[in-house]
Amino acid sequence: MLDDQNAKSMSIIVTKGTLDWAYPPFILATTAAAMGLEVTMFFTFYGLTLLKKDLNLKINPLGNTAMEMPMAGGHMAMPNILAAMPGATALTTTMMKNMMKKKGVASIEELRELAVEADVNMIACQMTMDLFEYKKEDMIDGISLGGAATWVDAATGCDINLYI
Amino acid sequence: MADQVLDAKGLNCPLPILRAKKTLKAMATGQTLEIQATDPGAVKDFEAFCRTTGNELLEHHMDGSVYVFTIKNTG
Repeated sequence: MLDDQNAKSMSIIVTKGTLDWAYPPFILATTAAAMGLEVTMFFTFYGLTLLKKDLNLKINPLGNTAMEMPMAGGHMAMPNILAAMPGATALTTTMMKNMMKKKGVASIEELRELAVEADVNMIACQMTMDLFEYKKEDMIDGISLGGAATWVDAATGCDINLYI
Repeated sequence: MADQVLDAKGLNCPLPILRAKKTLKAMATGQTLEIQATDPGAVKDFEAFCRTTGNELLEHHMDGSVYVFTIKNTG
């Protein structure tokens, strides 16, 4: 077992809060924690919404030409004009969540809970909290608030620093 | 025969690793854990997991479409 002296560490700046972009930071954070690393996650701008008590993550293919869904043996992208229609976000989100469930991919709620269990250090960006008028009560328990200096201080001691 | 068996079949990255870690944590040092997984990525991932954590990957093989790993808990 690694002790405090030689434990490795990782920090991730989390800047995006859509259903797809929520995955890389939580997958890497939970896996690194399981591999004995000390993990810090700094949630800023749209990434901050991933700390809300009630997660309602969505995805829309609008403008994302690389987003293809497996369909009828091939892959299909949704034209922008359809992605802009009312209901397109709800439809795409439902499709994506169903596909993930079918393929045994964890939900973000599940991964976030595992991150909390693994003592991942989660910091909510104070400036973003003020900017978008969020209160600490809107967020899950066990997080702390901090600013850029808080992340820089944590990151200077980390072996791996990621920006997602 | 492993001391404990973990069924991680049907689970995708990173769940087999996370479940394995959780199970190993509750086991005594020196005990062995058998993990059954269907995620093809698990082969490389369990090798990497063991390399980093120091747990010992005793062996792995395929049983039909199931990847079977035996890990010795060095925790």
